[in-house]
Amino acid sequence: MSKKNLIVIGNGMVGHHFLEKLVDTPAVTDFNITVFGEEKLLAYDRVHLSEYFSGSTHSDLAMGTAEWYAEHQIDLHLDEGVTDIDRERQVVKTPRGEYPYDELVLATGSYPFVPPIKGNDNPHCLVYRTLEDLDDIRASAKGVKTGVVVGGGLLGLEAANALKSLGLEAHVVEFAPRLMPVQLDRDGGALLKHKIEEIGVQVHTEKATTEIVDGDSARLRMNFSDESHLETDLIVFSAGIRPQDTLARSCGLDIGERGGIIINDQCTTSDPHIHAIGECALWSEKIFGLVAPGYTMARTMASVLNGDQEAAFTGADMSTKLKLLGVDVGSIGDAHGQTPGAKSIRFNDEQAGHYRRMVISEDGKKLLGAILVGDNGPYDTLLQYALNEIDLPESPETLILPESEGGAPALGPDALPETASICSCHNVTKGDICGAIDAGCADLGAVKSETKASTGCGGCAALLKTVVDSELEKRGVEVSKDICEHFPYSRQELFHLVKVSGIRTFQTLIRDHGKGHGCDICKPAVASILATCWNEHVLATDHVPLQDTNDTFMANMQKNGTYSIVPRVPGGEITPDKLIVLGQVAKEYNLYTKITGGQRIDLFGATLSELPEIWEKLIAAGFETGHAYGKALRTVKSCVGSTWCRYGVQDSVGMAIHLEDRYKGLRAPHKIKFAVSGCTRECAEAQSKDIGVIATENGWNLYVCGNGGMRPRHGDLFATDLSDEELVSTIDRVLMFYVRTADRLQRTSVWMENLEGGLDYLKQVVLEDSLGIGAELEEHMESLVGTYQCEWKTAVEDPEKRKRFREFVNAPEKKDPVQQWTMERDQKRPVLESEVEPA
Amino acid sequence: MRERASWDVVCTVDDLIAESGVAVWTEDGPVAVFYLPHRLPALFAISHTDPFTGKNVLARGITGDLKGQPVVASPLYKQHFNLETGQCLEDETVQVKTYPVLLDGQNIRIEVPASVSRTAAA
Ligand code: SRM
Ligand SMILES: Cc1cc2nc3c(=O)[nH]c(=O)nc-3n(C[C@H](O)[C@H](O)[C@H](O)COP(=O)(O)OP(=O)(O)OC[C@H]3O[C@@H](n4cnc5c(N)ncnc54)[C@H](O)[C@@H]3O)c2cc1C
Ligand code: SF4
Ligand code: FES
Repeated sequence: MSKKNLIVIGNGMVGHHFLEKLVDTPAVTDFNITVFGEEKLLAYDRVHLSEYFSGSTHSDLAMGTAEWYAEHQIDLHLDEGVTDIDRERQVVKTPRGEYPYDELVLATGSYPFVPPIKGNDNPHCLVYRTLEDLDDIRASAKGVKTGVVVGGGLLGLEAANALKSLGLEAHVVEFAPRLMPVQLDRDGGALLKHKIEEIGVQVHTEKATTEIVDGDSARLRMNFSDESHLETDLIVFSAGIRPQDTLARSCGLDIGERGGIIINDQCTTSDPHIHAIGECALWSEKIFGLVAPGYTMARTMASVLNGDQEAAFTGADMSTKLKLLGVDVGSIGDAHGQTPGAKSIRFNDEQAGHYRRMVISEDGKKLLGAILVGDNGPYDTLLQYALNEIDLPESPETLILPESEGGAPALGPDALPETASICSCHNVTKGDICGAIDAGCADLGAVKSETKASTGCGGCAALLKTVVDSELEKRGVEVSKDICEHFPYSRQELFHLVKVSGIRTFQTLIRDHGKGHGCDICKPAVASILATCWNEHVLATDHVPLQDTNDTFMANMQKNGTYSIVPRVPGGEITPDKLIVLGQVAKEYNLYTKITGGQRIDLFGATLSELPEIWEKLIAAGFETGHAYGKALRTVKSCVGSTWCRYGVQDSVGMAIHLEDRYKGLRAPHKIKFAVSGCTRECAEAQSKDIGVIATENGWNLYVCGNGGMRPRHGDLFATDLSDEELVSTIDRVLMFYVRTADRLQRTSVWMENLEGGLDYLKQVVLEDSLGIGAELEEHMESLVGTYQCEWKTAVEDPEKRKRFREFVNAPEKKDPVQQWTMERDQKRPVLESEVEPA
Repeated sequence: MRERASWDVVCTVDDLIAESGVAVWTEDGPVAVFYLPHRLPALFAISHTDPFTGKNVLARGITGDLKGQPVVASPLYKQHFNLETGQCLEDETVQVKTYPVLLDGQNIRIEVPASVSRTAAA
């Protein structure tokens, strides 16, 4: 049988996903496949478009490769838009020719709506949809001050963030009385507005633009219907999207009243040989402006072409969970309570900046929708209640109350029905996961590769893990707490083995208690345990191969394979002479310098072989290693304290230096950060540190288990008005208990939250010595303090250790050819991928 | 162009680091030589270039074994490569070049493929 011609118009997210699905079906061999894309570039991830401004390139965002298309014999025509469809002759036309089809799939997406305002054709009026649009915005923003986004919806706020990241003063102008009118209600919108203004984006609601004219102080001036105006250098229109249905219209396919190509459940249009998927398609009078429904259409389409009679698109959930300008926003189902009889429960904490609303059914049994602003914590649980129509608990308000006020814990995986959707990107239900486990998948990794769950946006990772763990446990599979395939033990158990049996090398440990040769999970973990127990040099022959590259070379590897160097600057206090030395060394080796967030100076761009020489010079000037590379104590940040500050009540700098000197070099399950503030104004931000110390009239208050980073957590007040000695012995105990019992890569916050009994238990162990190990913990810490050595000092003095720092052992003079540099703001930096000149 | 493959001396036993890698420069570009004394054979040579980033770093990764295969983890983004075959464990479409390697007295020799031209590598 001769092959049929399948033509796909549009090489966007959905068009590409359709091809990926189609090549997995037997039907792929029935077709000669041709794809036309109007854009110059291969399909890319539009959802993460904004990352283009934070350094991602087209190839980072690309969804496939030209090789992939070639391999599957798909004829890809980029930069070749289709101009006409002749349904009679079954051909599509482009400026370059005519191509016959038997089946035609339209995946033309949508285009940004630009409101008909006089002056909107100014070259500095732009839109936000394609990589080319972003190039235009970048060019327009060069050297100017202000940018306005017209439209306060999801995409508008994202565009505002982009303008901000380009260094512009950003404004959002919205016609409606609130932000995100589609997803949020009045209170939610108001809170979002407040939060966004706090981060410096100005929001103007209820503003209708009447014209755009030349500006006085900036390029443009927007005049509003209420007589007010705003001056700006560029305008990005983000006032909604419209389905790209031009081709379909002109060839006479059925089109919805407000646009969109009408399709049935099989994604077929009014012409049985023409189909439409993604944002250009109108199903049941609905356009779906999100990627997941488009992917579902793509899957349906592939099945339909594969002859599957059952395949049908049956609608999609439009719930969204986002972080906009750093603010959590969630909207689920019927968020506005439009279902007849619907009732709402609201929780509004203006102090914390949390707004939560649940929309429940008339009988109070089901969750119909929800709105969250400020904290998406309850989102996963609420979504499951809504999607799976699970009966609400007796007092449904507990679902949105904070936990301390009786809030309900998250919905356990058992409560989810088989049909519960776990991963919406890949349409994986709890039933699919159970099926995969029954078919032999014995761990999370296997379930992931079998079902593809959690390999899209990644938003479902936590939920997937709890479901898999619970299902495995139910089947009697012991969910392994083993650190990896080489040791049947947790980190804590390994710690005990090492300590109790006096084991000093990895080889002995794996020979006696493990199997195989180790890996990049267990080796660094054991190295850290050995360091805590015996404190030998990280580059001792037995330990060197265990370390992560940063520890091995005692520097942080950068994206181009060079290293950064961070000397210790205890408490952030540094003499002018030492500053000069840093400057001299940086100049001599042409290093990029930057002040870090930890009150010290980072020197970037050193090659492997330069590291020992640089350190020789730094050590001669009195510097020590800063352990920026290690899972170890990093910095003790300080404020200037009573020595200078008129409010200071204790010498915070002195205490910070004392603490940094005491705990420097301490290896731990994860990095540890401290800060000391000289009074309650808290300029050192001590409450966001693992160990935070705040001076009082009578001594020191100690806070523990805080951190910044991915999941910020305020430290908990642990003890008050401690003397210097009490402070040190309390910290000794907390840290040593952490180092001994935490899991690998677990920071103090997560460790404490996972201790049975939490903070209270930790207080009992440390302050009341409930386990009777207080003295032992202090002694252990004391012995580590006594055996401290500057790792770099030992290394530069030892020719054997220095050997390790040769870039190419047989060619000392050879420079790594891939390290290419350019200048920016008077310093060197690595060239970007897009700037690399062919060798 | 050269006619035949040759076994070039790239370093000596003293240059190697047990259970880890070192980088050498060859006519075929940068190569990572690993020495895993607890295995047989104990020597492996693969390209030093991380295929995911194009940077020359693989010799600086952690070695070990996964499901019985000897591997190194890229120090940049931690993908694993089979030291015998060069196959990436996380992505079946990615493979790094491998080189035959042998111990000749104190010398480590690598077989550089015949197609490498001297001028290009210089
Ligand atoms: C250099 C520095 C950024 C800067 O230019 O200011 C930095 C740079 C890196 N940080 Fe950081 N962090 C730096 C301050 C911070 C801070 C701010 C602070 O310490 O006050 C934080 C948030 C506070 C906190 O940790 O609680 C911070 C939170 C992180 C995290 C997230 C940790 C978390 O628990 O979520 C990571 C990732 C990790 O450790 O797994 C990280 C990881 C990294 C790494 C190691 C990423 C990497 O593997 O390459 C970067 C190493 C760059 C280098 O070569 O030096 N960095 N990093 C700062 C060095 C401070 C110093 O003097 O040592
Ligand atoms: C900044 C931004 C952020 C977003 N964030 C999210 C998010 O967080 N979550 C989410 O679910 N969705 C998000 N979206 C929406 C998501 O990107 C779209 O739902 C998705 O891209 C739709 O895929 P599509 O293939 O239908 O359309 P597109 O990806 O737009 O692809 C259509 C392609 O067809 C081409 N084309 C059109 N006409 C022709 C023609 N005549 N001939 C040839 N080619 C043609 C177009 O050039 C385009 O390349 C975001 C969108 C943007 C712009
Ligand atoms: S890890 Fe830290 S330093 Fe590196 S980019 Fe992220 S925030 Fe910046
Ligand atoms: S929901 Fe996006 S990966 Fe699962």
